[in-house]
Amino acid sequence: MTASAGTRAASVALDAPRTPLPSVWRVGLSRGQVELKAFFRERQSVVFIFAMPAVMLVLLGTIFSGERTGPGVTIGDLYVAGLIGGGVMATSYQNLGMSIAFERERFTLKRLRGTPMPAAAYFAGKIIQVLVAAVAEVVVLVAVGLAFYHLRLPTSAMAWWTFTWVFLLGVASCSLLGIAASSVPRSAARNGVAVITLPFVVLQFISGVYVPFYLVPTWLRDIASVFPLEWMCLGMRSVFVPQAVTLEPGHSWQHGQTALVLSAWLVAGLILCLTTFRWQNRQDR
Amino acid sequence: MTEGNWAVRAGGLRKRYGDVAAVGGIDLEIAPGEVFALLGPNGAGKTTTVEILEGYRDRDGGEVSVLGEDPRRAGRGWRARIGIVLQLATDAPELTVAEMVGHFAGFYPDPRRPAEVIDLVGLTDQGRSRIRTLSGGQVRRLDVALGLVGRPELLFLDEPTTGFDPAARRAFWEVIRSLSGGGGVTVLLTTHYLDEAAALADRVAVIRDGVIVAEGTPGDLGGRAAAPAVVGWQDGDVRRSERTSEPTRLVADLAARYGGEIPELTVTRPSLEDVYLELIGAER
Repeated sequence: MTASAGTRAASVALDAPRTPLPSVWRVGLSRGQVELKAFFRERQSVVFIFAMPAVMLVLLGTIFSGERTGPGVTIGDLYVAGLIGGGVMATSYQNLGMSIAFERERFTLKRLRGTPMPAAAYFAGKIIQVLVAAVAEVVVLVAVGLAFYHLRLPTSAMAWWTFTWVFLLGVASCSLLGIAASSVPRSAARNGVAVITLPFVVLQFISGVYVPFYLVPTWLRDIASVFPLEWMCLGMRSVFVPQAVTLEPGHSWQHGQTALVLSAWLVAGLILCLTTFRWQNRQDR
Repeated sequence: MTEGNWAVRAGGLRKRYGDVAAVGGIDLEIAPGEVFALLGPNGAGKTTTVEILEGYRDRDGGEVSVLGEDPRRAGRGWRARIGIVLQLATDAPELTVAEMVGHFAGFYPDPRRPAEVIDLVGLTDQGRSRIRTLSGGQVRRLDVALGLVGRPELLFLDEPTTGFDPAARRAFWEVIRSLSGGGGVTVLLTTHYLDEAAALADRVAVIRDGVIVAEGTPGDLGGRAAAPAVVGWQDGDVRRSERTSEPTRLVADLAARYGGEIPELTVTRPSLEDVYLELIGAER
């Protein structure tokens, strides 16, 4: 046996913990629990994330109630679908982008990195928190739609399947983009809103969230169609207002292309996260 | 296996930031169970050194072994054996103290009971309080609790008592003494407070401009034990003093001269603070 192999064997024996480390799943569930507690106890952000789209839905639906639409389509129904798309992105992209930027700035990530918590458990906790918040967001908006507009829940299994994959692909790709975006601002407190939130607000105007998509000028629609939000809103319209297909610029729901674009963003977001994620901020390495 | 005899061993440790050498060749050896204090002014390289040992920063050169492993490549098993008390504060403001400590306990294979750790740092009455309602000193004690809950073999304390009131500081010292004395925990401490180093540390190193300028026990740092003492006394109307390396002989001579009691006798050696300020080149 060579000297270096002997040293390695000895050091491995020395390092073996007396009791096994807790599993990634256990720590991940514990992270999810803590993330959910922290999220739902932060009253201001909960109000912002949940009440804001609901208020926007009522406001926009009322202001534009006279707007011309297609046969059997009310503007309120279009807004329900659009705001569900926007709400899913708010609870994934914006929420994760801002919260992780703050966690990095406040050394939460650094402290966690100094413990045996597995990195995968940290992200599992974030996934749990985002999924719960995004489902809650959809429920709130659907409830408002049922109460104030003529929204009808889809009855076909096909429509629910579409909802499920659009929702999951949207949450996943926007979450990864949010994690990647969290590394961009130099300071979460000073320029997080400008760097993370502002592009999202712009996207909501051109992707069919705040303004019905068929009213957006073509060149802006072309820009919007590069990003995931437009495809998420398109998918949600196909689920909640299928009769509005005549209003769509392409007169079709383009499910295949939706899946393709969202999957592409999923891969791009994953690569961005893997190459840019840091546990410490720039000044602290 | 000399490696196994040291909890921490570093040789020729170097780290540059751009043109600035933050750490310029540091050697450290800390024995298991020892309390080792790193003293030095801000910007001397204390934090960089400690963060390399904690695995937070990469080094540019030198050999490092912490609990037998290179921190740069160490994994979860190694992190389970160390405890890090960072100088920070504001995360998870909406969780309670007990929730936070309990959550961190879940990261480790053999943690202390959360309630026990909360008692140990003196936060018993705050267990059910939200973290945002704690005072600055209480938050620091929570930081310490989070560093202890995993039952570490090696504890890193970065200026742990900053913001403590005197009573809390004394209580904290007792905690550290109980861990290192009875618990066999190795402690690497950085501090600004010389009384803290004197009270806790078995050995002290003074770091200045990225190198260690002196190392020893708090009693003999910088040759303090052998340094000349100053003997002072009152000679009629005149206050006299003499520097001598043989103060006992001088006192005996004086006693003979005065036939017993020497008027207003004092014998002083340089304090740890005197030695420290001289070592870091501070203006007196």
